[in-house]
Amino acid sequence: MDYEIVIGLEIHSELDTKTKIFCGCSTAFGAEENTQTCPVCLGLPGVLPVLNKKVVEYAVKAGIATDCKIARYSKMDRKNYFYPDLPKAYQISQFDLPICEAGSVEIDLGEYKKTIGITRIHIEEDAGKLIHDAGSGTLADNNRCGVPLIEIVTEPDMRSAEEARTFAEKIKSILEYTEVSDCKMQEGSLRFDVNLSVMKKGAKEFGTRTEMKNLNSFRALERAIEYESKRQIFEIERGNRIIQETRKWDDDKAESFSLRSKEEAHDYRYFPDPDLVPVVLTEDYIDNVKRHLPKLPWVRKAEYMEKWNLSEYDANVLTASKDIAEFFEKTVEACNDAKSAANWIMGEISAVLNEKSLGINEVAFAPEDLGELINLINKNTISGNIAKKVLKEMFETGKAPMSIVEEKNLAQMNDVSELKNMVLDVMKANPQSVEDLKGGKEKAIGFLVGQIMKQTKGKANPGMVNKLIKENLEKF
Amino acid sequence: MDRISTIHEINELIENSEITYEEVTKKYLDRIDQVEGKVDSFVKVMQEEALESARKADAQREKPHSMIFGIPYGLKDNICSEGVETTCASKILKGFIPPYDATVSSKLKKSGAIVLGKTNMDEFAMGSSNENSSVKKTYNPWDITRVPGGSSGGSAACVAADQVVFSLGSDTGGSIRQPASFCGVVGLKPTYGLVSRYGLVAFASSLDQIGPITKDVRDCAIVLNHIAGHDEKDSTSVKKEKEDYTTYLSPKIKGMKIGIVKEYFGEGLNPEVKERLMEAIEVYKQLGAEFVDVSLPNSKYALSAYYIISSAEASSNLARYDGIRYGFRAEKFDDLLDLYKKTRSQGFGDEVKRRIMLGTYALSSGYYDAYYKKALQVRTLIKEDFDNAFKSCDVLLSPTCPTTAFKIGEKSEDPLEMYLSDIYTVPVNIAGIPAISVPCGFDDTGLPVGMQLTGKAFGEKDIIKAAYAFEQATDFHHKRAEL
Repeated sequence: MDYEIVIGLEIHSELDTKTKIFCGCSTAFGAEENTQTCPVCLGLPGVLPVLNKKVVEYAVKAGIATDCKIARYSKMDRKNYFYPDLPKAYQISQFDLPICEAGSVEIDLGEYKKTIGITRIHIEEDAGKLIHDAGSGTLADNNRCGVPLIEIVTEPDMRSAEEARTFAEKIKSILEYTEVSDCKMQEGSLRFDVNLSVMKKGAKEFGTRTEMKNLNSFRALERAIEYESKRQIFEIERGNRIIQETRKWDDDKAESFSLRSKEEAHDYRYFPDPDLVPVVLTEDYIDNVKRHLPKLPWVRKAEYMEKWNLSEYDANVLTASKDIAEFFEKTVEACNDAKSAANWIMGEISAVLNEKSLGINEVAFAPEDLGELINLINKNTISGNIAKKVLKEMFETGKAPMSIVEEKNLAQMNDVSELKNMVLDVMKANPQSVEDLKGGKEKAIGFLVGQIMKQTKGKANPGMVNKLIKENLEKF
Repeated sequence: MDRISTIHEINELIENSEITYEEVTKKYLDRIDQVEGKVDSFVKVMQEEALESARKADAQREKPHSMIFGIPYGLKDNICSEGVETTCASKILKGFIPPYDATVSSKLKKSGAIVLGKTNMDEFAMGSSNENSSVKKTYNPWDITRVPGGSSGGSAACVAADQVVFSLGSDTGGSIRQPASFCGVVGLKPTYGLVSRYGLVAFASSLDQIGPITKDVRDCAIVLNHIAGHDEKDSTSVKKEKEDYTTYLSPKIKGMKIGIVKEYFGEGLNPEVKERLMEAIEVYKQLGAEFVDVSLPNSKYALSAYYIISSAEASSNLARYDGIRYGFRAEKFDDLLDLYKKTRSQGFGDEVKRRIMLGTYALSSGYYDAYYKKALQVRTLIKEDFDNAFKSCDVLLSPTCPTTAFKIGEKSEDPLEMYLSDIYTVPVNIAGIPAISVPCGFDDTGLPVGMQLTGKAFGEKDIIKAAYAFEQATDFHHKRAEL
C-alpha cells in the first residue's frame, strides 16, 4: 500500500535585533551566563514590557518577503505555563491576531515547482536556557529570555522530506536576505518543529499528526521526517492507531520518542497581554518597509539569468545565500565576466568552503581579488591551472592575486619566440610523439604540451604551445 | 505644631522658618511610635533613612525645590523602592528586595519627598479590609475595633492617624477610595494611564492605578502633580501634556453639572450613608451646581465582570511566584512540580488562592468565551454607560461605599459580602476613568462617610474642582481621629 506523507512546519527564528524584544538588553550570543539580563527580562515583580519597534519591522519584512498579508491591527497575548526557564511563567506571543497571515513561498525541486502556503507569522519572546550540571543540579541562564523570535507556521503542504528541506532552506535564505535573522543554526537562531501525518495515497482526510520539536539542522529535519513517517506507516500497517502527541527527536540515536500526548497537553490560557498596547500599522509604514526591503533571491535569480545569461541551475546556486550572491555580484563588478565568476565560486571556492566549513565571508580575500584573478586569466597573464594555485595562496594568505603571481613568478609565458624554441626542443626530443601526431593521433599533442608545461612549471600559455606545435609539425 | 498635617501647611511653616525638615520627620516618627501599636499601618518603618534624608533636606532648603520636598510619606508595600523589601504583604515575596525604583518612587525621590515606611495592605491588593495581609491586621484610627478598608488600608490609616503627611496607594477596584472613605481622608484613583504602573507589583494590569491618599484635596492635587505623566517604561501610560492640578482648586463651581447615578442610591445603601450624601447634594446646590439624573444600567454586572477580569489577569501576573528565583520557597519538595505546588500552597493566602483559581478557570479553554470574553463585552457596555452619562454632566456623585467601616472579622468569612463593599468603586476601574473619595460627614457612631466624585477620562480637573469646592464649604476634613 502506498502512503502519502503530509508535513507542516513551524519555524522559529531569532531576529537579528541588537536589543531584546521588551527591554534594552543585548541579544548577542555566547555571553557569560546571566550577564545580559535586567529586571524586565527577568520578569521581576512590578516591571513592564515595552515592545521593541525593530521587532515589528523585522516581522513585517519577513511577512512581505513571504507574500503575507500584513495585519493593520495585531496584538500581543500571554501564553501561560510554568517552567524554570520562563521567569514570568508566561511567554508573550501572539495568539489570534498575528502580525502576518496568508502568505506563500515557491520552492523549486528541479523536476517540479511547488507553492507552500504560509498560515501565519507571529512575534514572540524566547525563553532562557536550562543547564543541567551533575554537580550543582539544574541552573538557569536567562540571557536568552526576551530574545525576539518570529514563528512561521506553514500549511500542511509538503509531501516529502526533500520538500520540507527545500522549503526550510528557502526560508533560511529569505530571512538572511532580508536581514531579519542571521540564521546561525548552530546557535539556535533557526529551529524547526515538524507536524507530520501519513495517509493512504489518494485519501481525502489527513491522518492523525504528531509534532516533533526543536530540530536545529536541515539534516535533523530530513532524518526526523524520514524516521517519523516510517514509524507511522509501520504502526498503521500493524493495525495500530497513531496517537496525537509531541515527540522529541534524538539526533544522536536517530530516533524520536514521545514527550506528551494530547491529553497531557498544556492549556496555555492565552489572553491579551494587558501590559502592552495593540500593534497598529499604517499603510505608509508598511509601504516604507517594503521599499527598503533588500533584493530577494528570486528577483536576483531572474536578473542573473537575463542579464548574465546564467543557467537556471547556476542562478539558483548563486542566489541561495545572500552572502554568496553579494560576493558573486562584487566579483562580476570587478571582472565583468559572470560566467567565469560563477564557475570559480561554484567550483574551486565552494569546494574549499565545504571542506573547511567556512562561510564565504570568512575567506581571507575579497570578491574584488577573485575578480582580479579572473582578469589575470582573461588577459592571459596566468593560465587556469596557475590560477588555481594562486587561489590556494589567496585562501591561505589573503594576498592580492597579482602580488602572488609576481612574488612566485607565476606569470604565464606568452613570448612566442621563447616558447617556439622550447617547442622545437621538445618535438626533437620526442620523435615518436611527433610521428603519432602526424599520423593523425591527436592525443599525442597532449603529451607534447604536457612536457612543455612540466618544463615551465605550468606557466607556458597552453593555447600558444598547442598552436606552435601544429605550426611546426611539417618541419619534422 | 499639633495641628499641622498637610503639605501646604508644612511648606508655610518651613518658609517662615518655624520648623526644620528634620523636626517635621521627627514629629511624624514620634507619632508612629505613639500610635503604631494601635493602628498597625506599616509593615516596615524606615526611621534612620528618613532622618538622614530630612537632614539632607535641611542642608538644601535654600535651593529651589518642589512642594513635596522634605515631606514624609507612606508607600504601599506593592510599590517598589530600590533596596527596600517589597512583599505585597505576602509570605511568598518575603525577602524580595527590588533592585529598582517604581517610576512613582523615583519621581517622589527626585522631588525630595521622604518615605517613612511601607504600608500594610491586603495580600497582593486583594481585599477590602486589610484582613488578608499575611503580616498583620491594620486598625481603623477612628475605631480600632474596625477595619481601615482595603486594600490600601495601611496607606489610608497612616494618613488618618497623622503618621505621615500623605501616602501612595493602588486602586484596582476601589483600593484607594474605599479605605479613604473608611478612614475619613481623601483618596484619588487617576485615569488609567495617567500615572505609570512601572514598579507597581501587578494585580490586574488593565485595572491597577497608583494614586495619592491625602488629608485634603489641595494636597491631593499637589501629589498628583508629582506622580502623573507619561513613562516610556509603561506602554499603557498615556502621552499627554502635563497639567498643574492645583490650578483647579477654586471654590467656585457655579453651573457645574453633577450627575446622580440612580442605581447607586437604591438597595444595599446604608441609610445613614445615604443621608450624608443627600446633605452633600444640598451643599452643592448652595454652591450653584446643577443636578441631573443619570443611569448606569450595566453597572449591576460590574462586580461580576470585575472578578472575572481581575482574577484572570491576577492568575497570570502571580504565576511568576514559583519559588525558583526570589522570595519564599517551600523547604521540602520531591521534584519541580512538587516545588511549585508546595511553594504556592504555602506562600499564598486563601483569598489570593481563591482568585488565582477563579482566574485560571475563567481563562481555561472551553470556558474563555463564557467568562473572560463575556466579561470584556460587559466592560465595553459599562464604558458606554459612562460615556452616555457624561453627555449630560461633568462629574458623577455617589457614595464611595455602601457602608462605613465594618467590624474586624465581620465579613472575613464571607467573600461575596466583602466584595459588595466595592460595588460603587469597581465600575470606575472597569471604565478606566478617574474618581476621588472625599469625607462628607460621619455616621451616628462617629465613623467617616465618603463621597465619590467620578470624572470622564482625564477629567481629573473636574473632580478635583468639585471636591475642593465641597471641602471649602464644609469642615469634615479638619476632623481628626482620636487615638
